[in-house]
Amino acid sequence: MTYDEKLRNVTVLGAAGKMGSGILLLTAVEMAELSLKPENKSKTFVLNAVDLSDEGLAGLMKYLKVQLQKIAEKKTVYLRKVYADRADLIENGEIIEQYIFDVMNIVRPQTKIEAAYDSTLIFEAISENKNLKVKLLSQIDTNNKNNPWYFTNTSSVPINLIDNEAKLGGRILGFHFYNPPAVQKLVELIKTDNSSEEMVEFAKAYAKSLGKIIVPSNDFAGFIGNGHFMRDAMHAITEVESLSKDVPFVEAVYMINKVAQDFLVRPMGIFQLIDYVGIDVVSFIMNVMNPFLDDEELYSPLLIKLMEAGVKGGQNSNGSQKDGFFKYEKGAPVAVYDPEKKEYHSISEFKEKCDEKLGPLPDSTVSWKSIIRRRDKEELLEKFFTSLKSLQSLGARLAIKYGKRSNEIGKVLVSTKVAHNENDVNTVMLTGFFHAYGPVNSFFN
Amino acid sequence: MKKLRKKIYMAAGYNTISIGTGRKEFHPKKPRPGLEHYIKEAGQATLKQIGGAKNVDEGAIGNFMAPRFNKQGHIAGLIPMIDDGLEYKPCIRTEGACASGALALMSGIKSVLADTADVVLTVGVEVQNTMKAIYGADVLAGAGWFQKRKDGHAYFFPGQFSNRAGAYYEKYGMEYARKGMRRWFRNAIENARLCPTAQEYHNSVKDLDALYDKLKPNGKAFVDNLSVLDCSKVSDAASAIVICSEEGLKKVGIPKDQAVEVLGWAQVERNLTNDPPDLKEVTAIKKAAKEAIESAGITINDLATIEVHDCFSIAGILATEALGFAEPGKGAQFVADGHTARDGKIPLNTTGGLIGWGHPTGGTGVHQAVTIWEQLTGKAGEAQIEIPKDRPYGMTINMGGDDVTVVAIIYKRG
Repeated sequence: MTYDEKLRNVTVLGAAGKMGSGILLLTAVEMAELSLKPENKSKTFVLNAVDLSDEGLAGLMKYLKVQLQKIAEKKTVYLRKVYADRADLIENGEIIEQYIFDVMNIVRPQTKIEAAYDSTLIFEAISENKNLKVKLLSQIDTNNKNNPWYFTNTSSVPINLIDNEAKLGGRILGFHFYNPPAVQKLVELIKTDNSSEEMVEFAKAYAKSLGKIIVPSNDFAGFIGNGHFMRDAMHAITEVESLSKDVPFVEAVYMINKVAQDFLVRPMGIFQLIDYVGIDVVSFIMNVMNPFLDDEELYSPLLIKLMEAGVKGGQNSNGSQKDGFFKYEKGAPVAVYDPEKKEYHSISEFKEKCDEKLGPLPDSTVSWKSIIRRRDKEELLEKFFTSLKSLQSLGARLAIKYGKRSNEIGKVLVSTKVAHNENDVNTVMLTGFFHAYGPVNSFFN
Repeated sequence: MKKLRKKIYMAAGYNTISIGTGRKEFHPKKPRPGLEHYIKEAGQATLKQIGGAKNVDEGAIGNFMAPRFNKQGHIAGLIPMIDDGLEYKPCIRTEGACASGALALMSGIKSVLADTADVVLTVGVEVQNTMKAIYGADVLAGAGWFQKRKDGHAYFFPGQFSNRAGAYYEKYGMEYARKGMRRWFRNAIENARLCPTAQEYHNSVKDLDALYDKLKPNGKAFVDNLSVLDCSKVSDAASAIVICSEEGLKKVGIPKDQAVEVLGWAQVERNLTNDPPDLKEVTAIKKAAKEAIESAGITINDLATIEVHDCFSIAGILATEALGFAEPGKGAQFVADGHTARDGKIPLNTTGGLIGWGHPTGGTGVHQAVTIWEQLTGKAGEAQIEIPKDRPYGMTINMGGDDVTVVAIIYKRG
């Protein structure tokens, strides 16, 4: 089967979810691209957007329309060439509208899993629940005569486990996008012991066509991305617990978050990142990973306590941030949740005091935003961290400890053979988490 | 052209700020004032300088594409909105693509010459930031022949002038040509920084040449031979001025030295359905400029300053050749040598022109007249250039489409 043929009938499971909707968008655009090729004009391309939620699917179609408009507006110069033979399409506006229609015309929103029975390629982006994944994939595989390929977006469940339990005979790959899939450049590719070369080649071609960077990861729960993130989060939680012996919990959360963001020059603080991913999602992922770890414990009673209080983070359907560790206004944290009192405490009440405790930054002009696109960022960071190491402040000490831990996690991922090499670990953090520098570095020595 | 049967003056000019990207007050996602606001602001400011609407005999308004940018036709009906005193007076709207403004000036001039009016309030307006540039390109493409739209570029007019630049590069060399275009861009921004209403007034880029060199033309994202720095931006603005007879000037109480006299003009129309005879020449501009100079009885060297229609930097270069300041192919050198800068042999576009001040398409012709009026009467503020006593003349050249509708007007300090 050629690349084009493989993409004639595709299904995305969990298409209305945060990851699913992005995967659906990217795949719809790719399939439309194929359908618009002169040699494919008489062929039908079908992309089933399967999700349990009708409401979610309605939202998905709205999301698609908005995103496709933006995409079409950006590539109108190209689209005018694609539609050059359509005498009825003259203005940019007409061409953009036609393109949006042509992409959306491929997408079939539906709530029934049966839609996947005719597909040759199935993306799985449902919740991080191994048993549910196994149940759905094995049901599809029993009823689908095409011997389809399954690309699972799981960020934590070992792929071999799904393969064996769903009896897929190796027709499954871990194809892990990062959030949001339409933006983040990284895809983690995880082969099983039985993955065919043809499937792997197709996956690479597909990722390349989407403009993604592939990092191969070994099939170990959490892979590289969450292998780092979950341990990084655990470190932060442990630090908060130890710091809150001296200061109130909410202040400790604020301070460790600030250390991660400002002192470590990251795109967002660690607790804001946990909120962004979802406290529930982080907790599920830890649950999935923990049984596979011999000498460490990825388990946080704090996260469970927050979940039980209904404090979950994640996003609203319009993409805005839900409250979690932080309460958000216009996307920015304004208050911290106190799980004992079950209420948020305004950051403005303790910000000054905490900032003073942490001490000043070595250079207030260096921030993630100010350096991320600069060519000389390595140099700037080297200077920043060298100067950080000379400071005796609480902020500097916490940051160096944190940086060292991140470094250690990166090296463990290589020594435990989750990642092939240190470079892959760094690539994942640079492209999937948009960090300005990889965890394996010499800044904190 | 026949000798004018009476004297014609322009006075009491006003430009609104040219709003669009580059201005600090511009936020693409926030609501902005509409067409009505700009017409009112400019019209009322001019009325204030001439003793009010009672002194106005007629109104003329130049506008290109409000029916599409603003879904508003019937623009002449917005003139009485400026002031109740204009109600029931004769008004006209002119359209000649980006030369719509100059056509409004011509309408006023002809009314005064015909003795049907002594004072004509003339406005030019366009509000274009109502849509993204990719859709605005469709609207502006209306200045070309629609039969050729399908084969044109997504950004139709940048595409047309990219082809002109390409032809110029091919004959005279790209690097050479772009040196001239780079200087044109720098002059435009530096002049705009002296004019508070200019769209590039807030531009604070230190090294404009370096910026220009860095942003190379990229046909995949835009057009083959121009970068965005070679193009005028999307602008919302209006300008207004009055056109008066000698009696009219007395009636509105403006002394002659506060006005400019219209010495001559030329109005040229090239067949819209024909391609330019030579991409490296702007033949309609050449003809209009020559005829206008002759009609005024002066020579090109008598001019102290000119407002030329630099919708694209290459159009500015071609204009210097069409005007006769440089031989064909030497325009880029002429500009690169600084001869068109504010302290050069012939300062062009002293408040930034279309690239620096802004290009509210249908309003640009009136804006050019206001700028020349300001310069010749010493009202240009920080942007004021020295007008030599023996050369008290200025010229505007307003172009619609790809060198199709062209109006050139010669002015003298009153």
